[in-house]
Amino acid sequence: METTNKYFFSDLGVMLGRSMQHVFRSLDTIITVTISPIAIMLLFVYVLGGAIQTDTDNYVNYLLPGILLMAIANGIGYVSYRLFLDKQRGIFERFHSMPIARSAPLWGHVLTSLVSNAISVVVIIVVALIMGFRSSAGVFSWLAVAGILMLFTLALTWIAVIAGLSAKSPDGAGVFAFVIHLLPFISSAFVPTKSMPSIVRAFAENQPVTSIVEAIRALLSGQPVGNDIWIALAWCIGIMLVAYLFAMRVYKNRV
Amino acid sequence: MQNAAIQVKGLQKSYQKVHVLKGVDFDVEKGSIFALLGSNGAGKTTIVKILTTLLKQDGGAATVNGFDVMSKPDGVRQSISFTGQFAAVDEILTGRENLLMIAKLRHLKNPRQVADDLLNRFGLTDAADRGVSTYSGGMRRRLDIAMSLVGKSQLIFLDEPTTGLDPEARIEVWKLVKELAESGTTVFLTTQYLDEAEQLADRIAILHEGKIIANGTLADLKKLFPPAKVEYVEKQPTLEEIFLAIVAKKEEK
Repeated sequence: METTNKYFFSDLGVMLGRSMQHVFRSLDTIITVTISPIAIMLLFVYVLGGAIQTDTDNYVNYLLPGILLMAIANGIGYVSYRLFLDKQRGIFERFHSMPIARSAPLWGHVLTSLVSNAISVVVIIVVALIMGFRSSAGVFSWLAVAGILMLFTLALTWIAVIAGLSAKSPDGAGVFAFVIHLLPFISSAFVPTKSMPSIVRAFAENQPVTSIVEAIRALLSGQPVGNDIWIALAWCIGIMLVAYLFAMRVYKNRV
Repeated sequence: MQNAAIQVKGLQKSYQKVHVLKGVDFDVEKGSIFALLGSNGAGKTTIVKILTTLLKQDGGAATVNGFDVMSKPDGVRQSISFTGQFAAVDEILTGRENLLMIAKLRHLKNPRQVADDLLNRFGLTDAADRGVSTYSGGMRRRLDIAMSLVGKSQLIFLDEPTTGLDPEARIEVWKLVKELAESGTTVFLTTQYLDEAEQLADRIAILHEGKIIANGTLADLKKLFPPAKVEYVEKQPTLEEIFLAIVAKKEEK
C-alpha cells in the first residue's frame, strides 16, 4: 500500500484537474449552476420582491443566503451525473486497475464539487454586490459563512455520490437534486416563515435549509446568530457523516 | 513454471446463485499472446477482472507477474495494463489530455514526450487536440489501447478489443497486438471471434460452462478433431474480403 499512498495527493491533483475540465468545458453546467440562480435572484428582487414583506429593507440581503444554497444544490446534480458516467464508461475500472490509491478517483470528484461550487458562490456574491447587497460582516463572520457553505456542499456531495453510483441511468443519477431544489422554497429563504400556513410553517422551520439560511443571514448582517448556527452545523455534519459512510460502502461494493 | 506471466489454479467465482467459474486452470507464458475464447456470458470478463484485481475470486489462486492477486494487488497493478470491453476514454478531454492524464497517474518523468510518441505511433497526431467525443469507434479503440501502453507494462489485458469495430479498425487492432507481442509484451486477450484467436494467439484456451475445456496452440487444438479430409470446395470471397478490397482500391486513387 505504501507505494500507492505516497502519490495520493499528486494522483488526487490529476483527478481534480480532469473533472474541473469537465466543469469548464460543458456550457450547460456553468449555466445551470451559476446563471440560473442569478436569474432567480433577479426575478425575485426586481419582479416579485416588491410584494414580499421581510423585516429588512434590503431584499437582496434577505435573499442571498437562499440563492447560494440553490446554486450549490444545482452543482450537486452534476456531481452525481459525472460519477455515473465514470462508472458506466469503465473509467473507474481503468483507474482501479492502475497503481493508484483506490479512493483517489472518488475524492477527485468530491474536491471538484467543493472547488466548482466555491467558484459559483463567489460569482453570485459579486452579482449580488452589483445588485445592492451590502454586508457589515467582519472577516470571522465571512469565514464562518464559508465554513457553513463548505459543510453544506460536502453533505450534499456525499449524497450525490450515493445517487451517482447506484443510479441505473443518467437521469436517475440527477433525480435526487430536484428534491433538494424544493427545500429552499419551503423555507425562510425567500419569505419569512410566519407568512405560511401552520403545517407548512412547521415543516419550514424544522428543515435544515431554514436554520442554515438564518445562520448565514445573521452572520452577513452582523446580527447575533443564536441557536441557528448550531442547528445548521448539526444538520450539515450529521447528514455529511451518514452520507459519507453510506457512500463509501456503495463505492466499495459497486465500483 | 518459471516463465509464467500468469498462473491460474482452481479459480472459482459465483454471482449470487450463478456459478460462473467452476475451477479454472491455465498458465500464460511470458511474451506470448494468449487468447481466451468463449461465448457471451461464459465468464471471460470475470476472469479478466479477477486477474486485474477489479474483482475478488471466491476460491482458487491466481498469480500475475509473480504477485498473488489477493494478497499483493498493488504489485499486480504496477505491472499490468487493462483495456476494458468498452473504450474507457474520457470523452470531454482531448486524445492528448487522455494520454497525459494516464502518464501522470503512472508518475512518468516525461508525460508530454510519452503522449506525443504514442499519438504518433497510433496515427492520432492530427486528432490529438480534438475532444474524444468527435472520434470514430476505431480511433477511440486506438486511443484506449494507447492509454494502456503508457508506462510500458509487461503484461496487457485486452477484453474483447475488437467487439463493435468495423473490419478495417479490427485489422488495425490486430496489427497493434502483433507489434506489442514482437516487442516482448505479454498479451492476454479475450474474444468471441474464432478468427481473431486464430490470427493472433500463440495459445488458445476455450472457456465453456465455467471450465477450460481445451488449451493449446492452434495446431494442438486442430489435432483434437478428426484428421482433415480433402474436399474440393469452390472458394468464394467473403463479404469482408470484398469490402476490404474495394476500400483499399479507393484509398490508392
